[in-house]
Amino acid sequence: MLDNLGTRFQEIFKKVKGHGKLSEDNIKSALKEVRLSLLEADVNYKVVKEFVNKIKEKAVGEEVITGINPGQQFVKIVNDELVELLGGTNARLTKSAKNPTVIMLAGLQGAGKTTFAAKLAKFLKKKGERPYLVGADVYRPAAMKQLQVLGEQIDVPVHIQEGSKDARGICSDGLNVAKENNATYVILDTAGRLHVDESLMEELKDIKKATRPQEILLVVDAMIGQDAVNLAESFNNSLNIDGVVLTKLDGDTRGGAALSIKAVVGKPIKFIGIGEKIDDIELFHPERLVSRILGMGDVVSLVEKA
Amino acid sequence: SKSREGFFGKVKGFFLGRSVIDDEMYEDLEEMLIQSDIGMDMTLKIVGALEKEVRSRGIKDPKEVYGVLKDVMENFLIEEENELKTEKPGLNVILVVGVNGVGKTTTIGKIASKLTKEGKKVIVGAGDTFRAAAIEQLEEWTIRAGAEIIKHQQGTDPGAVVFDTLKAAENRNADVAIIDTAGRLHNKNNLMKELEKINRIIEKHVGDSSYESILVIDGTTGQNGLNQAKVFNEVTKLTGFIVTKLDGTAKGGIVFAISEELKKPIKFIGVGEGIEDLRPFKPKEYIDAIFE
Ligand SMILES: Nc1nc2c(ncn2[C@@H]2O[C@H](COP(=O)(O)OP(=O)(O)OP(=O)(O)O)[C@@H](O)[C@H]2O)c(=O)[nH]1
Ligand SMILES: Nc1nc2c(ncn2[C@@H]2O[C@H](COP(=O)(O)OP(=O)(O)OP(=O)(O)O)[C@@H](O)[C@H]2O)c(=O)[nH]1
Ligand SMILES: [Mg+2]
Ligand SMILES: [Mg+2]
Repeated sequence: MLDNLGTRFQEIFKKVKGHGKLSEDNIKSALKEVRLSLLEADVNYKVVKEFVNKIKEKAVGEEVITGINPGQQFVKIVNDELVELLGGTNARLTKSAKNPTVIMLAGLQGAGKTTFAAKLAKFLKKKGERPYLVGADVYRPAAMKQLQVLGEQIDVPVHIQEGSKDARGICSDGLNVAKENNATYVILDTAGRLHVDESLMEELKDIKKATRPQEILLVVDAMIGQDAVNLAESFNNSLNIDGVVLTKLDGDTRGGAALSIKAVVGKPIKFIGIGEKIDDIELFHPERLVSRILGMGDVVSLVEKA
Repeated sequence: SKSREGFFGKVKGFFLGRSVIDDEMYEDLEEMLIQSDIGMDMTLKIVGALEKEVRSRGIKDPKEVYGVLKDVMENFLIEEENELKTEKPGLNVILVVGVNGVGKTTTIGKIASKLTKEGKKVIVGAGDTFRAAAIEQLEEWTIRAGAEIIKHQQGTDPGAVVFDTLKAAENRNADVAIIDTAGRLHNKNNLMKELEKINRIIEKHVGDSSYESILVIDGTTGQNGLNQAKVFNEVTKLTGFIVTKLDGTAKGGIVFAISEELKKPIKFIGVGEGIEDLRPFKPKEYIDAIFE
């Protein structure tokens, strides 16, 4: 694991003190550190390249604020740019004027869709909503059973059709049943699939057409590497997603994939998963993930106070 | 398969399209390796070894560098013991571990099927008593594979399942017992302790450490894969890896860093969700597939 990036910046900028300005020359090795740090955090190579150039433009010519050292100041510039890149767009969950609001989940195999479907249902239920779960994974052994068990745990109704191979049919039927039961939210759990699997991507488009979801959320494993951009681009091209859910952040991954996805498709991260239990769901906070990606934490607030 | 062509095809063209070996070529190569999740450290190691080799062989033509790179990369992978040991007289045990959702249960189904086809009697232990419908999922796979299953209720002690599985396998004269475990992140102390206990039960039963302890790694995983491998190895003394989901566009490049660090072989790769979608890992073929 990397050392605290802030400490390393301080080392780099020791010589800069008193020069008064950040210059292309004196930020060179700092930029190298940023690049390395982001790559170690699994941020996509191209995204890193663009980002480092942007930081260079921002930083060169900045006057060093008296009272803090240039290292801290540089950290702040990097930090703020990352927060802006990750945040920015409205990350709140939609609620349609007419009930129910349909939320469709999609993503690679094993990303955490089914677990998240239950987490989100409970999250909404706690807010006084009436969620309804629909299990449209007709491929994975016991996938419907998994959703059913989770639904029972949180006392949320689940629509499944054991034995059916018609994912789209299950979704439209499920939507009707949910309407009859006055549900305010319908959450569609779909089977995991590769973005290069054309027929399965077609299936998702069909489900979208049949149910007209207000929210399509791409569920992504936070441990994913450089492939995150391919994945996000493909799913977004097929479905025009509304947001991203980042799961398994209770691990020690730095989670740079979030940055790649946001940079490439521009869609906000809305929720994070922080455990296997149904309550392990949180709204997304860009600042926290940025500290994590950079492998640091306190330097920023230190600068804020100065 | 559909996965490798993108990157691997590119590398070949990459060398063929150049007239001189220079810093720019090495830098561009670095970029390509990083984009396949090989990681910065490992990339620098590979490129460093390549430069040295190119110099010592006196190579001047970029087209020839391509062959050297293949050799260099292959050197970082472990060739020995890359088959699952299931031929020991008596019971052979395979413990399967890994973080959440990587493909453990599915891979067990594929291995069980392969072994029953070879005429072996296989018993699978449903050691994931935590995740909703994990037992039913494994059960469906054992039906497909023609294997037997030992299971308890959801929420019970996985150690007891493991114990019963080994006992049953012995009593029924099974050739192979495969133990499924719940997915767990390597930084969760309590869950790793639980795994330690499972491992101890197996060790005690087998009498020595002559059983397979396999870490399943998701081929889409980035740099975190190395942490996973290190920690699981400490707890369950791994004998090898299986890399799944290589049927997508991910390259699974983290295996180079893992092999370099732990010096353990990759035994299989997963290339799909079907029961047949398991391939032996042959370093040479893998590297070849990388560049063809
Ligand atoms: N530690 C941790 N585990 C998680 C989290 N979210 C899901 N999981 C686990 O990840 C594994 C896969 O989760 P699922 O919900 O089955 O994933 P999925 O995307 O529905 O999988 P498929 O339907 O097979 O594509 C399970 O073991 C879950 O318990 C999380 O936030 N943290
Ligand atoms: N495309 C593809 N999908 C795979 C492969 N191996 C497994 N999967 C899928 O990945 C998802 C998770 O697989 P599981 O076998 O449930 O994974 P696991 O490690 O047992 O998960 P937990 O027990 O929840 O930790 C399922 O949807 C599988 O069908 C593979 O080689 N390729
Ligand atoms: Mg699922
Ligand atoms: Mg499993």
